[in-house]
Amino acid sequence: MPEISELTIGDVIAEKNFNLDRDSLVRYAGASGDFNPIHYRDDIAASVGLPGVLAHGMLTMGLSIDPVVSWLGDAGKILEYGVRFTKPVVVPAKGRAVITVVAKVAELDPETKKVRIDLQTSFDGNNVLGKSQVWVQL
Amino acid sequence: MSMVNPNIQGKRYPRSAAYLVGREKIREFARATFASEESIDLAAAKASGHSDLVAPPTFPIVLQEFGLKLVIADPEARLDFSRVVHGEQKFVFQRPIVAGDLLTSELSVASVKSLGGNHMVVFDTEIFDEGNSLVCTAISTLVVRGEDA
Repeated sequence: MPEISELTIGDVIAEKNFNLDRDSLVRYAGASGDFNPIHYRDDIAASVGLPGVLAHGMLTMGLSIDPVVSWLGDAGKILEYGVRFTKPVVVPAKGRAVITVVAKVAELDPETKKVRIDLQTSFDGNNVLGKSQVWVQL
Repeated sequence: MSMVNPNIQGKRYPRSAAYLVGREKIREFARATFASEESIDLAAAKASGHSDLVAPPTFPIVLQEFGLKLVIADPEARLDFSRVVHGEQKFVFQRPIVAGDLLTSELSVASVKSLGGNHMVVFDTEIFDEGNSLVCTAISTLVVRGEDA
């Protein structure tokens, strides 16, 4: 478990790449119960005007917090996690979409030992989540 | 189809059936969201003081879906799901969800707002344990695109 006294605002606590392919989307659909076909069928994605098959926003949100959970060593220390979905992640039929997550210390409360971590989740040079903030209990 | 009925603001939908959080369901969901194997190690969870595996932070989405299905099926709400885009999502925990929890959820409509030609609907889903204590609140903002959008 990290010590709050060793943290400074702006510290990068974790950085990780994730490779998403179509298999990843099908696996998430099954695990979450979200079987919206825009997440696995090119023809349906195209018919509603999308640039391609999209990753579930909740998959992007879900994987973005993994580096924080690994840093904490205990998912039970997460108090609050919120995001805004700003841009879609297009996942090609062949190959993969690479998502990069950078987690930084944004706010420290030494009295309550609560820390806010801000996440930057990017794909293809753009941030795909906005206002992505996690409150953790150290 | 007409837009979301603004009168559903404040409406509470019935409590869901009980949902038993399974250890292997947690592992399945965790792997699907690229969680590390350490985060679904039983001995590690117990060493951290938990009675069983801790669910990933976005796992309550599974329970939020039960409530949203009620809204979609509610003719009064007039929520056309084919026009819905997920705008924002937040989870606020009173305590972590662990395998073995028997949970129920209850969704209410926090607000319905018009913005340009679109509607923004905020849903609060409260998740309770067997003792009826609040475990987590899932807050979801859906953007419903207007007819011309």
